Amino acid sequence: MSQKSFVWFCLLPLAVVTTAFFLLPMARLVVAGAEGPHGLAGYLAILTEGRYRATLINTVLLAAATTVVTLIVATIAGMFLQRHRFPGRAVLIAMLTFPLAFPGVVVGFMIILLAGRQGLIGDLSNRIFGEKFVFAYSIYGLFLGYLYFSIPRVILTIMAAVQKLDIGLEEAARSLGASPWAVQRDVVLPALAPAFVASGAIAFATAMGAFGTAFTLATNIDVLPMLIYTEFTLAANFATSAALSVGLGLITWLILALARTFSGSAVAAAG
Amino acid sequence: MRDRLIFTGQLIFTLLVAAFLVVPAGLSISAGVTVNYFRGIQSGVTLQWVAQVWDLYAGTILLSFVIAFATLAVTLLAGVPAAYALHTRGGPLARIVEEIITLPLAIPGLAIALALLLAYGSFGGFRRSWLFILVGHVIFTMPFMVRSVMAVFATVDVKTLDEGAASLGASPWRRFCDVIVPNALPGILAGALMVVTLSLGEFNLTWMLHTPLTKTLPIGLADSYASMRLEVASAYTLIFFVMIIPLLVAMQLLADRDHKR
Repeated sequence: MSQKSFVWFCLLPLAVVTTAFFLLPMARLVVAGAEGPHGLAGYLAILTEGRYRATLINTVLLAAATTVVTLIVATIAGMFLQRHRFPGRAVLIAMLTFPLAFPGVVVGFMIILLAGRQGLIGDLSNRIFGEKFVFAYSIYGLFLGYLYFSIPRVILTIMAAVQKLDIGLEEAARSLGASPWAVQRDVVLPALAPAFVASGAIAFATAMGAFGTAFTLATNIDVLPMLIYTEFTLAANFATSAALSVGLGLITWLILALARTFSGSAVAAAG
Repeated sequence: MRDRLIFTGQLIFTLLVAAFLVVPAGLSISAGVTVNYFRGIQSGVTLQWVAQVWDLYAGTILLSFVIAFATLAVTLLAGVPAAYALHTRGGPLARIVEEIITLPLAIPGLAIALALLLAYGSFGGFRRSWLFILVGHVIFTMPFMVRSVMAVFATVDVKTLDEGAASLGASPWRRFCDVIVPNALPGILAGALMVVTLSLGEFNLTWMLHTPLTKTLPIGLADSYASMRLEVASAYTLIFFVMIIPLLVAMQLLADRDHKR
């Protein structure tokens, strides 16, 4: 076998698997989205029909809030951990990154243990204020779950970016009389911008499409993945759920692609 | 003085974030071995919940391992040669292929699962077997294997090694087995750990693809969260932690070793 045909031969198994079980099904999904009673207009329902539009806005707001808060929290913690050496630092980093491998369902359960009916927060608030705070099964619980999911990922990216910063620039700014706050604002944060975009896009796309956490917390939280799920399984509304998931897939893919062109690094969502 | 204050403030903040992540996991572990969580750990320590989980859900744990290793086998057989082909061929075609196989990371698992259901849901035998879940896991984890191996090819000068072996008369197949694979080993190992970890914890796709007879561990977890008492759900989560933590530690050790070289 010649070298050239061997290379093609090497590519063959992957090509077969990807075509049969990804490209063809995705094509089928796109076609199915237009097979409803409204045909191609089914694709516009996500924007024109009030109920779907409200869910879309809800999901985008939740994902945006998750992204902003995660970035703030992860930047403060990540910068601190990368810039200081102290006993117990390695343990602290391990604690902050070990939830990386938790699937969404487990994250949902963590939130139930924190803010559920038998949760820690309810228990504490009951002792202090005589009232049980239970919010795990609402959109606030979901928000907390997405924070739990995103913080470890974003902290890792921020720490790697802080490590690459040129400390000489900060010293130069300080020697020119800039206050510590001005150094952060004008030197450090702009240099971290690509890391913010890359990790923020992942957090946003993940929060848009994540299903496990919402599924564990409640079936009636009004977010896009739950809507797709109920349309498909309970209403057996295949065309609508296909159109909605194509729309959702397009949104998350677009955000990640945009972030990649801006930050120049590989960006992918996690599940 | 001022620096001291800022340091302390940041430390407290970071500790609080760590507590947010670790405290619920700790609660879950302790609840899994507590006789009665409502009365607290004073009620006694027991393994009865772990035993009960094993009675109820041993099948899901077993099936998860079967699917994880089958996924690993397929991603190895299809992914490693493909990474080699994509690296040596290069050019726009290789970039497009890489882009396509990476798409499942950008598209929510729910959408991919719906696509698979619409395309293959009517093939009853296939739909009802665990192979249906396997297919979803392969699509989802393949990019991690391919990219992890390609990352090694980018640092080791495989091309020169390959050409050297070719000039000595080694056949392409021989070169792949004796030159390419040994050199790609660190990437293959890192990719393999990632594939197994992701497959064991995959829920978004699996929930849509499973049947009552093909439940994996995360499906069982969701089931126990919805219908079992808190102690049983916690014990099940504890079993999941015990399975997943060695994989995470191995991944970290591997990354550290690569870092030092």
